[in-house]
Amino acid sequence: MSEKAEEGLFLAGGMTLIPTLKLRLTSPSALIDLSDLADLKGIRQEQNMLIIGAMTNHTQVAAAPEIRNMLPALSDLAESIGDPQVRNRGTIGGSISNADPAADYPAAVLGLGATVQTNSRSIDADSFFTGLFETSLKRNELVIEVCFPIPKRAAYIKFPNPASRYAVVGVMVAEHEDGIRVAVTGAGPNVFRVHEMEQALEANFSPEVIEDISVSVDSLNEDVHASAEYRAHLIKVLAKRVIAAII
Amino acid sequence: MTMKVTLSLNGKLVSADVEPWTLLVQLIRDHFGLTGTHVGCDTSQCGACVVHVNGQSVKSCSMLAVQAEGMEVKTIESLTSTKVLHPMQQAFKDHHGLQCGFCTPGIIMSALNLVAINPDPSETEIREWLEGNLCRCTGYHNIVKAISAGAKTMKVS
Ligand SMILES: Cc1cc2nc3c(=O)[nH]c(=O)nc-3n(C[C@H](O)[C@H](O)[C@H](O)COP(=O)(O)OP(=O)(O)OC[C@H]3O[C@@H](n4cnc5c(N)ncnc54)[C@H](O)[C@@H]3O)c2cc1C
Ligand code: FES
Ligand code: FES
Repeated sequence: MSEKAEEGLFLAGGMTLIPTLKLRLTSPSALIDLSDLADLKGIRQEQNMLIIGAMTNHTQVAAAPEIRNMLPALSDLAESIGDPQVRNRGTIGGSISNADPAADYPAAVLGLGATVQTNSRSIDADSFFTGLFETSLKRNELVIEVCFPIPKRAAYIKFPNPASRYAVVGVMVAEHEDGIRVAVTGAGPNVFRVHEMEQALEANFSPEVIEDISVSVDSLNEDVHASAEYRAHLIKVLAKRVIAAII
Repeated sequence: MTMKVTLSLNGKLVSADVEPWTLLVQLIRDHFGLTGTHVGCDTSQCGACVVHVNGQSVKSCSMLAVQAEGMEVKTIESLTSTKVLHPMQQAFKDHHGLQCGFCTPGIIMSALNLVAINPDPSETEIREWLEGNLCRCTGYHNIVKAISAGAKTMKVS
C-alpha cells in the first residue's frame, strides 16, 4: 500500500475505502469522487446483454425490474450484500475493483462471464481477478461499466458470515449458450472457476454428478471463520444447492 | 485547505468550511451541534450514525461531509420540533424499544427508510432490515415490535 501513498484514489460508495483510510492502511494524496460522472450511472439492455454502470449501488441493482426479469440471480446476489445502509452506498464498480476475497459480485462477474469496460479497454472476467485484493486494472484505470451476457439459467447461493454477510463461501452456477460456468468466491485468495464441476454438469446437469468432485484444500483460505476443509465442504454443498435451485 | 460544503440539513440550507476528510457525522455533530446522531463503532458496523441522505438511510460515519454537497440530509432531530413525538418515536416509547437509547436514533432513521419502501413490513422483513443496526441492550424483540407498531400508526395517520 505504501507505494500508493503519493497518488490519488477513486472514491465510489466509500464503504471499503473510508474505513481503510481511517485505519491508515492507505493514504492517497487525493480522492476523486466518482458520484457525478454520468457515464458510470444507469442500467441498460443491449441485445442479449445487461450493462450496469460502475456507480450503480447494490440497492439499485436489487430493485431494478429489468435485472429481476432477465437475470434474477444478480438481483438476489445484490440483495444479499451486507445491510441496507451498505447497499445504499456500495457500488458494483467499487466491489469488483476492490476484489475482496469474500465479496459477492466477483462470483457474478466470473460465473456469468461478464466483461468489464474501463476507460481504455474491455477486460474479460477470466483475466480480471488476479489475486487477493488484486485485479488486472492498471493504476488510474477506471471501471466504467460491467456487461453481463444473459444466461439460459443461473443462481447464486452463499454461506454468509453471520456478522458482516460477506461470503464465507459463495457459489454462482450459470448455463450459457456456449457452456456452463461454476464460480466460487470467499474460499480462495480470489474468485475462481471449478472446471471439473463445469465439465461434469455439461454432461449431466444434476446435483449428483458433483458428489465425487472435491476442490483441493491447499489453495483455500483458512481464518477464524472457517478452516480450509470446511470451505471445501461448503463449496460442494452450496454447488449442489444452487444446481437443485436452478433445475 | 478547507472546502465549502452546502447542503440541506433537516430542511434548512446550511454551509460549512470543512477539512476534506471531515466525516458527515462530524459535520452534523461538531459543526451543527446536532448530537442525536451517535458514533458507536466508527467502522460502518453498528448503525448508531444512520441518517437519511436524499431519502435513503446511510451510515454517516462512512461518508465524507463534502460528499453531501447539494444533498438533503435528515437526522433524528428532523422528526419533531415539539413535545409531540413522531409516531415511530412514540412506538419505541410505548413498546420499550430502548434501554440506554444509544442505538435508538440510528434504528429509528433506519426503520423509517424501511417503512418508506414497505409500509407494512413483516417481522421477518424488519429483522432482516435491521442487519446494519446493533443494540447492546434490548435483545431486539421490543425494537421489532415498536417498528411494526410505528409502521401501522404511520399508515393510518
Ligand atoms: C458492514 C459491511 C458489510 C459488507 N458486506 C458485504 C457483503 O456481504 N458482500 C459484499 O460483496 N460486500 C460487502 N461489503 C462491501 C461493500 O459491498 C462495498 O460496496 C464494496 O466493498 C466497495 O464498494 P464501494 O462502492 O463502497 O467502493 P469504495 O470503498 O469507494 O472503493 C473501493 C476501492 O475500489 C476503487 N474503485 C471504486 N470505484 C472504482 C471504479 N469505478 N474504477 C476503478 N476503481 C474503483 C477505489 O479506489 C477503492 O480502492 C460490506 C461492507 C461493509 C462496510
Ligand atoms: S458509528 Fe457508523 S456504523 Fe457505527
Ligand atoms: S438501547 Fe442500548 S444499545 Fe440499544
